[in-house]
Amino acid sequence: MKDYIKLEHGSGGALSRKLLDSVVYPFFKSSIYKELSDSASLSLSRDILFTTDTYVVDPPFFPGGDIGKLAVFGTCNDLAVAGGKPEYLSVGLILEEGLSITDLQKVLSSLSNAAEEADVLVVTGDTKVVPRGKGGEIFINTSGIGEREFPHSLSPLNIVEGDSVVVTGPIGAHGISVLAARERLGVGGGVVSDCAFLYPLCRALFSLGDSLRFMRDATRGGVAAILNETIADTEKGMEVWEEAFPIDEDVASVAEILGLNILEVANEGVIVAVVSGDRAEEACHLLKEYPLGRKASVVGRVTEEYRGKVILKTRIGGRRFLDFPRGLLLPRIC
Amino acid sequence: MYPDEPYRKRNDPEAGKIIAERIQGIAESLGREINIMEVCGTHTVSLRQAGIHSLLPDNINLISGPGCPVCVTPGSYIDNAVGLVESGEAVVASFGDMLKVPDSKGKALSAYMGTGKVRTVYSPTELSEIVRETDKPVVFLGIGFETTIPGIASVFLKEHAQKTKNLYLYCAFKTVPQALKVLLSEKPRYIDGFLLPGHVSVIIGRKAYLFLESEEGVPGAIAGFEPVDMLLGIYSILLNISRKENRVENVYSRAVREEGNPKAREIMEELLKPVDALWRGLGVIPVSGMGLKREYKEMDAESVFGLSELTNKEPPGCLCSEVIQGKAKPPDCSLFNDGCTPEAPIGPCMVSFEGTCSAYLRYGDVKV
Repeated sequence: MKDYIKLEHGSGGALSRKLLDSVVYPFFKSSIYKELSDSASLSLSRDILFTTDTYVVDPPFFPGGDIGKLAVFGTCNDLAVAGGKPEYLSVGLILEEGLSITDLQKVLSSLSNAAEEADVLVVTGDTKVVPRGKGGEIFINTSGIGEREFPHSLSPLNIVEGDSVVVTGPIGAHGISVLAARERLGVGGGVVSDCAFLYPLCRALFSLGDSLRFMRDATRGGVAAILNETIADTEKGMEVWEEAFPIDEDVASVAEILGLNILEVANEGVIVAVVSGDRAEEACHLLKEYPLGRKASVVGRVTEEYRGKVILKTRIGGRRFLDFPRGLLLPRIC
Repeated sequence: MYPDEPYRKRNDPEAGKIIAERIQGIAESLGREINIMEVCGTHTVSLRQAGIHSLLPDNINLISGPGCPVCVTPGSYIDNAVGLVESGEAVVASFGDMLKVPDSKGKALSAYMGTGKVRTVYSPTELSEIVRETDKPVVFLGIGFETTIPGIASVFLKEHAQKTKNLYLYCAFKTVPQALKVLLSEKPRYIDGFLLPGHVSVIIGRKAYLFLESEEGVPGAIAGFEPVDMLLGIYSILLNISRKENRVENVYSRAVREEGNPKAREIMEELLKPVDALWRGLGVIPVSGMGLKREYKEMDAESVFGLSELTNKEPPGCLCSEVIQGKAKPPDCSLFNDGCTPEAPIGPCMVSFEGTCSAYLRYGDVKV
């Protein structure tokens, strides 16, 4: 086996076969799905949830994770916040000619470890190679299937006045760590991505029953984007309090140096949940049982004023819109 | 004595709340409408980000002045820059914001990104690399205020000394003090005080504004960009008004000196001389810009490429020229958020992150 990915590795011929047998399969073969065929037969007993996501993060390795871990947790998290328990994944690899086999193995190893942590099985996959300069080292698509576990609906339309907004952990770490790694910034200051499997936190919140109205993991666009997406199409408004957001001081100071608004920076281990106002404290209490949720906080409430808008109460007591992030967003953050 | 000392802790929300309360008190005692103009795009954005507008009493209005470099640059300047690229005469290099402004035909320089015909620079020092990567003439779009001019001047002086033959400057630099005079000459006067720019003042110093005290009788405050800095600036202006004084206060003394930065001014004055300048919205203001001195004429893009003289021509329906003078608020414009948005801007006040319309749209006008 050569040290680098060549176009022939994607040709479907002998070299493709060799790559799969010696590099890819060893990470995924399970006793049930012995050969990762083109399609997998699954047995599920409940309603299913189905999602897909594509990962193009640049660079593929960053402090606290890599594209492999991200590709598993990101897709699993999308299932979890929709009320499901993640069960099966497909993995599509798009490799750029010239990628080192060692890097590929590192990504696959991390992908396989993440799948084990999330207790999901990779049951089918695909590998393609694109010419040098036509890809970003490695892109991954994962689709996920989960079984519905939370019986109630999770939708922004469930939100009523007086509901509380909960954020499960310190914000901004993923975006900052990727940016610092990409730009080789000296100011990264050891910020580590929060990339994590969020199903345990979601399951904790499931116990609130229909007091849990809606939740999303706050990825691209940060909590600012998710809060706006949550409220935009409802008849309600939202007020959030700048000083209430869980913040890690190291992350906040790097964000400040880079001129980024931490509320707009991507996360990979933070959920925004809307819960009934009278159970908000209980929700935080449930979340705090987990290391990821230790800093869970109530950051705002649902109001009747400024419908479809998020109002931010600033540290000095001023109020302004917290808009969808506009303009210079960070590309290829996940 | 102005009240800086007790509030040294810039980010202290409690200090901010105390100052906001004092502003309430003083505004009540004044009992009339007060217009305070901020003349710096960074203030425009920072004031909105901190929600300062919502903390001010109803009779205290913050109005945005001509402080965003992109916004005060005439549209015909963009036409000329696009023309240079389209004719293939030169590679155009610029700070990023400028590239997004549409010309009179709706085309922006950003359309040429990635072709090598247009280069974005984050720091003027990158120009030294760019001119060595190409044999083509490179024209740098020289816009901005006193803050940015010295850095650009230093690169051009260096390249001139090294006899670099393919670097040109297209000057549309502006200087702040004369613009304030023009705004104040409007009758009836609609500005009661100026929140003066922190960064510009680092270069020009407090003394550059002394004409406000002695000739114009209008108070001002040089302020930094933290919420407490800006509140303190507003408070000290109101204090002056209530005492019928016209002092120019420096509440940003941790960065701004009385004399400014003479070294930086020396660099800029070595390359450039004061010239009359055309401002979008304000027209020609005598000695309110900077142009290349005679001895550096061979670097002057305007004469070398025979660029046509600048004129002010606004896109149909665009109120930017009124907005820049603080005479119209963004929602007064029929295009605001209805045809003109940060994603698809028509006027410069929506293009620039520091533009009044863009800041207004993003952060709104929310009451407490």
